[in-house]
Amino acid sequence: MIKPHQKHSLWLAALVHRVSGIGLALFLPFHFYVLGLALNDTATLDTFLRWTEHPMLKVAEFGLVLFLALHLFGGLRLLALEFLPWNPAQKTFAALAAALSVFIALLFLLKAI
Amino acid sequence: MISQPLRNNAGQLKVSVWRGDESGGRHVDYDVPGLESQTVLDVVTWIQRHSDPSLSYRFACRVGMCGSCAMTVNGVPRWTCRSHVRDVARSNLLTIEPLRNLPVIKDLACDMSAFFEKWDDAMGRFHPTATRGDDVEPIRPGSIGRREADAGIECINCAVCYSACDVVAYKQDYLGPAALNRAWTLVNDVRDAARGARLRAVASDAGCHSCHSHQSCTTWCPIELNPTASIAGLKRQSALAILTGKISLDDE
Ligand code: HEM
Ligand code: SF4
Ligand code: SF4
Ligand code: FES
Repeated sequence: MIKPHQKHSLWLAALVHRVSGIGLALFLPFHFYVLGLALNDTATLDTFLRWTEHPMLKVAEFGLVLFLALHLFGGLRLLALEFLPWNPAQKTFAALAAALSVFIALLFLLKAI
Repeated sequence: MISQPLRNNAGQLKVSVWRGDESGGRHVDYDVPGLESQTVLDVVTWIQRHSDPSLSYRFACRVGMCGSCAMTVNGVPRWTCRSHVRDVARSNLLTIEPLRNLPVIKDLACDMSAFFEKWDDAMGRFHPTATRGDDVEPIRPGSIGRREADAGIECINCAVCYSACDVVAYKQDYLGPAALNRAWTLVNDVRDAARGARLRAVASDAGCHSCHSHQSCTTWCPIELNPTASIAGLKRQSALAILTGKISLDDE
């Protein structure tokens, strides 16, 4: 449960960063496995790619792109916070990172369907 | 104390106070008359004077200078002497507990030893370069180093940030936002002789690089200091010092 002292937007940004980071870490081995199929087993790859045409998988892919974008832009915000002179607009940056991520993921979804 | 009580137009407050010691405890409910203008510390004091004189808590200045009155109020660490009931109570309900991340001595009083020991571990003491025979060194208030130091210098050692920090909660030896903020003010003090040793101390596993920049410390610091920015400065300066060979993390 989120505790009262954690109820502020930048703590939420940290939570999103962790959840998306773990999500990506879980997904990547599978991703590399499927990429590997292109070299070793094109028949299985083709079956798999036909399977990815399913609408539910498009939604899952949307989630994945969203995670990647959230982690990427959120991570860039953190790196800027830590390596550049202090900027007090951290909440604005976090909101921008989230908005940009949703925008990119939606764009991806619209192109996919 | 005010001899004539202020008009009671705020209704009764339902106050749940954590009572106990290091072996455990429980919440005890008190009814406290609400006043027009009333701090959380006033509420705790009223309980001790009128309901239970054995209630233990700490305060001194009552004006936000000494840093001794911090408690957890409705789940959030706050300086109680300057937290107004009307700003922090939820429909006349108050839950008052000791600070998180520090061992309880009794009721609302915590053992602050670990908090202050970490100030020493972060080399929070000034190491002078001059003696009393030397002239006073002129420091330009507008210089970059002095501005960085001034931004963090007013810390009142209340441990609100320490109590709000999740890294302190799961990493016992983490030096914490207040000690690191203090170290950053000294790193920027041109009169200090221990810059290298201090950067080495704060670059340890328990130091600045364990901070995840959640900014809970900065969010709740009652005097609006920014330990996250200070820690980011330490991350940069200590990394630079390591990369340029000025300090080494190898054991001597
Ligand atoms: C796309 C470029 C990426 C950037 C800019 C980035 C940036 C970062 C940063 C700055 C942190 C430290 C956050 C902190 O201090 O709490 C971090 C943590 C993390 N990253 Fe990434 N990352 C990227 C890609 C990835 C990928 C591809 C994965 C999956 C393998 C991943 C998994 C994680 C995990 C699990 C954490 C730990 C989260 C935590 O401690 O809360 N990241 N990332
Ligand atoms: S910014 Fe760093 S020191 Fe401050 S609460 Fe977060 S982890 Fe703790
Ligand atoms: S940095 Fe702020 S919250 Fe932390 S001890 Fe100092 S005054 Fe209190
Ligand atoms: S009593 Fe001194 S800061 Fe609250």
